[in-house]
Amino acid sequence: MTLHPTTPDFKDNAHRALHDPELQKALGHVQHGFIYKRQSAVERLPEFETLRESARDLKNHVLKNLDLYLETYERNVTASGGHVHFARTSAEACETIVNICKSHGAKSVTKGKSMVSEEIGLNSAIEAAGMQAVETDLGEYIIQLRGETPSHIIAPAVHLTKEQVEGDFRRVHTHLDGARDLSEPVQLLTEARGVLREKFLAADVGITGANFLIAETGTSIIVTNEGNGDLTQSLPKVHIVIASIEKVVPTLEDASLLLRVLARSATGQDMSVYTTLSTGPRRETDPDGPEHYHVVLVDNGRSAMLGTEFEDMLRCIRCGACMNHCPVYHAIGGHAYGWVYPGPMGAVLTPSLIGVEKGGHLPNASTFCGRCESVCPVKIPLPKLMRHWRENEFERHLTPSVQRFGLKIWGFFAKNPRLYSLASRAAMSTLAWLGRDKGRFAALPLAKGWTDYRDLPAPQGDTFQAQWRKRQQEKRR
Amino acid sequence: MSARDDIFANIRRSLGVSGKETTRHAAVAQRLADTPRGPIPARGQGSPAGRLATFIGEAPRVSATVVVLDTAQAVPEEIARFLRDAHLPLTLKHGEDARLSSLDWQAAGLDVTRGHSDGADLNAVTHAFGGVAETGSLVLLSGADNPVTLTFLPDNHFVVLAATDLTSDLESVLVKLRRAGALPRTVNIVTGPSRSADIEQTLLLGAHGPRRLHIMVTLN
Repeated sequence: MTLHPTTPDFKDNAHRALHDPELQKALGHVQHGFIYKRQSAVERLPEFETLRESARDLKNHVLKNLDLYLETYERNVTASGGHVHFARTSAEACETIVNICKSHGAKSVTKGKSMVSEEIGLNSAIEAAGMQAVETDLGEYIIQLRGETPSHIIAPAVHLTKEQVEGDFRRVHTHLDGARDLSEPVQLLTEARGVLREKFLAADVGITGANFLIAETGTSIIVTNEGNGDLTQSLPKVHIVIASIEKVVPTLEDASLLLRVLARSATGQDMSVYTTLSTGPRRETDPDGPEHYHVVLVDNGRSAMLGTEFEDMLRCIRCGACMNHCPVYHAIGGHAYGWVYPGPMGAVLTPSLIGVEKGGHLPNASTFCGRCESVCPVKIPLPKLMRHWRENEFERHLTPSVQRFGLKIWGFFAKNPRLYSLASRAAMSTLAWLGRDKGRFAALPLAKGWTDYRDLPAPQGDTFQAQWRKRQQEKRR
Repeated sequence: MSARDDIFANIRRSLGVSGKETTRHAAVAQRLADTPRGPIPARGQGSPAGRLATFIGEAPRVSATVVVLDTAQAVPEEIARFLRDAHLPLTLKHGEDARLSSLDWQAAGLDVTRGHSDGADLNAVTHAFGGVAETGSLVLLSGADNPVTLTFLPDNHFVVLAATDLTSDLESVLVKLRRAGALPRTVNIVTGPSRSADIEQTLLLGAHGPRRLHIMVTLN
């Protein structure tokens, strides 16, 4: 279902989200929890800023040498008994994974959380091939029961209330006592633990993503808090890792550097509970672990981002800090973005991956407040990249004609400072006069998008330019 | 062209490189050989005693419990005490690690079995390869000595960590691992018991892995 973005309908999606009381209730948790926890973790680590700079430099170094590090990584996976597969597109990646599952006669496949698997629509491909795909991350499991996509890259069910989850569990877990109490999150968690434990033990193949791939050792790394990724990859006889090509880092030390900024930026933990380095299949004397280890490396448009103004985006380590701090995300949640990646990182990445014709609304849905960039652990200049998309969209004549017309008028005045000053002064005095009673407007022509949700304050005093001039003069005195 | 060749060709075209540049090859080879470290936080650094104090401070922050024992011989009694206090049966599973199999479990009243877990074990003990003071993390290696299933399937996970294996930062353990030769199938860095905050951001312990993590640091 992730293959068909609803991103072109962003405006309608956002409108619906703003009027969804359950969603608005659930989104309250994002604003308060994540921001406070990250801030506390950062304050406990005086080196955090230096770490961010080093993390940025490391990722830049990797991207400039991506071909060489991928070759090294591939060689070392093979040397440790694993197999590397390359996939240009979503379809190729799905086909490769389905074929591996089929070759082992798989019936049931468990999955750890993986955003790239959402991107390629892996679950539908597995199910179309007659196998069962079971998401094992609690949040992912819940949204799979609902037939939804994640609304957040690290907290996929953050848009739901516990009452909604209770409803889903009652609907699906019909083998359990109908009179059981599920009113508290802990009861929901315990029930999911029991149901999923059976799935873990019965699975033929386990699929995980990778937070990082280490070239030096041919290792894949997953980071989880639940331990679901480890049960997914340790119990079945086949472990398949799916990762996009930019996840590779040179050495163990480099992975450690990125781990230091990842969890702090994501959940405000110093380290996530389980950080697991996997290298090849089980060794000859090992009593447990998978007998087969495959890695599927997905490009899906990333190699084309290298060398462009959007290369910076490939530094992203998927922590979710940008959306946790985004006022637009806080207002509408992740589903309104219409595809896999929401928030500021999604606003930049989505047009790159599905095309600006379909994803062009997203980089426009930003106030450019800059909070995303200020918390990004690898210092991606997200507002700048969104601005690039706006320019790109305008140059390709994808912007609606009314908007282009408006921009042209504004451009005309901007190029004639005298006229600009005259016009803004006239407009301002008119508005000030019209709004002289209440000091604000509940409705204004052409400003419905604003006044539908809040009042527009009436101008008071002089224009910005006039105030600025006055200030400068006072300074000189 | 194969998918692999196509992807490499695309990467090189986008970067404007051929893949044969000696300077790029040299830079990559040097990074892989030198394995430079990023900035290392001061928090975990210090004398062995200071590191231990930091570790003991950090582990409870992530909801692990930690005790310091004079000798490894005190481990069975400590596990028995923990289980009795928690009103849990005195059963325990461990792997082939000689440091564990040499202990006198029977004297502590524990019913011990050996091997990996198929999900039926309530309690397990493993021996850590290392510990990280900075974050209160344990580093565990998979294999016959300490099977990976013991770290994830049982409800209660006990870990023995020799104080001498406690390092200041993750990088120090990784260097030790590299020196020890090829990596095992999995290296598990464990920081507290399993948890989830996926339902309304309410943090709950015991999501899919252990509900309790009890660390025993042995001095001798």
